[in-house]
Amino acid sequence: MNWVVNNFGLVWSLTLTQVALAVPPIILGFVISLPLGWVANRFRLTRGALLTISGLLYTIPSLPLFIALPAILGTGILDPVNVVVGLTIYAVALMVRQTADALASVDPDTKQAATAMGYSGWSRFWKVEFPLAGPVLLAGLRVVSVSTVSLVSIGSVIGVTSLGYLFLNGLQRDIPGEVISGIVATLVIAIVFDLILVGIGRLLMPWTRADRRLSRRRVPEVPPVVAVNA
Amino acid sequence: MIEFRTVTKRFPDGTVAVDEFSLVIPARQTTVLVGSSGSGKTTLLRMINRMVDKTSGEIEIDGESIYRLNPVKLRRSIGYVMQNSGLLPHRKVIDNVATVPLLNGVSKADARQGALELLDTVGLDRSLADRYPSQLSGGQQQRVGVARGLAADPNILLMDEPFGAVDPIVRAELQQELIRIQRELGKTIVFVTHDIDEAFLLGDQVVLLEKGGRIAQEGTPAEILSKPANDFVATFIGADRGRRALSVEVVNGRNVVVDADGRPTGVLQ
Ligand SMILES: Nc1ncnc2c1ncn2[C@@H]1O[C@H](COP(=O)(O)OP(=O)(O)O)[C@@H](O)[C@H]1O
Ligand SMILES: [Mg+2]
Repeated sequence: MNWVVNNFGLVWSLTLTQVALAVPPIILGFVISLPLGWVANRFRLTRGALLTISGLLYTIPSLPLFIALPAILGTGILDPVNVVVGLTIYAVALMVRQTADALASVDPDTKQAATAMGYSGWSRFWKVEFPLAGPVLLAGLRVVSVSTVSLVSIGSVIGVTSLGYLFLNGLQRDIPGEVISGIVATLVIAIVFDLILVGIGRLLMPWTRADRRLSRRRVPEVPPVVAVNA
Repeated sequence: MIEFRTVTKRFPDGTVAVDEFSLVIPARQTTVLVGSSGSGKTTLLRMINRMVDKTSGEIEIDGESIYRLNPVKLRRSIGYVMQNSGLLPHRKVIDNVATVPLLNGVSKADARQGALELLDTVGLDRSLADRYPSQLSGGQQQRVGVARGLAADPNILLMDEPFGAVDPIVRAELQQELIRIQRELGKTIVFVTHDIDEAFLLGDQVVLLEKGGRIAQEGTPAEILSKPANDFVATFIGADRGRRALSVEVVNGRNVVVDADGRPTGVLQ
């Protein structure tokens, strides 16, 4: 505990670094997966190919990837961009399938109804399919968030500083307080991110909570009294 | 007036859902397409608003080919009500009803006001306006579906088994409500059902369909009942089983109508 008190400044600044490295891959992964997932869901031919490729991406071990990326991207070895790109690849690997599944989860009747109402293809996607895919998209995003926050630490092995530094340094110098503070700070970030995502979901998808309220409180049937307007 | 002229629909997998179908659907009346499942009713209905495109033939509304119109605009000018209401689950009742007017460029306030009035028209309490569809009963959802179908004040209302999934008591209510609304509004309604009783109740014209959208008989309910064109029609309307052969018995001083098996079905006034 003593170590934490004495080094709080370091832990805090590394926490901010960890957050700064984790946020872009989560957002980029979501945005990039959207068109890929749409294509995967839309065309049966591309579905197998895209899902297989994205599945394979996830099996690339992270350490070799982080080491190989500077050569591929032409970035410096210590450039944080390597970590961001690497983690974005993993985020996409996870999110493409999830996005395809999310879009497939939208009730075909609802899509037909939207077409019948006169939504054009593009506005039907953004106003109907995308929001209704929201709950499944959110579930995927929560997994991506936790996975990304924890994977950022691996960047420390190749010298991109993050909370992983506390873990490595603490082990080398045999300071349990340092190791534990690294782990706890990572957990706290993961939990805070998750709470934020759930909060955003509640804000943007109020109808999903209406469903739950219904199961508790049955809505009374209105009597067939007829109010005729002129 | 909607006119089908030798319209055929062949789906990509080779299924011929509608085979050389011709029919004139008069304006401001209710025409019911009735037939068993798979007879092509939904396909016929969806060809009117171009959710399904014909393979050959011609479809006209008031003498103009619907293929000369922009399909999205066409759909916004035609009401559509489907079996499981098809309400957008992420929109409140009021927003579901107001959607088409908004797509048509009506101002937000006017669309909202119009939607509230439509809730009155279909017999829904305005207090339900801010509910989500999942917070309504099946019957209420269908009423919202009808309100939404009427929202753009379309001349044509297409209804695809709209009361098929609600219980018989609610269905009877909804049927009466539709009869009343139609009396007030006088829309050109094309109503699809597999229930012959519903067809006879609601239809000014009834079109009885066989597989491939082949017309077995068309006419008023009275014409079809009094003169089934063939055995298929007789079977479909239950005339062969004597279900429609009613007679009157006097019970306790009142005229009770009984069917061929002697089961009472009503009282003669
Ligand atoms: N998208 C489609 N692709 C292939 N066949 C279809 C499609 N839609 C309908 N069909 C077929 O066309 C026939 C008529 O279907 P439908 O119009 O839905 O009948 P109904 O509404 O009377 O039950 C059925 O045999 C059905 O299987
Ligand atoms: Mg059908």
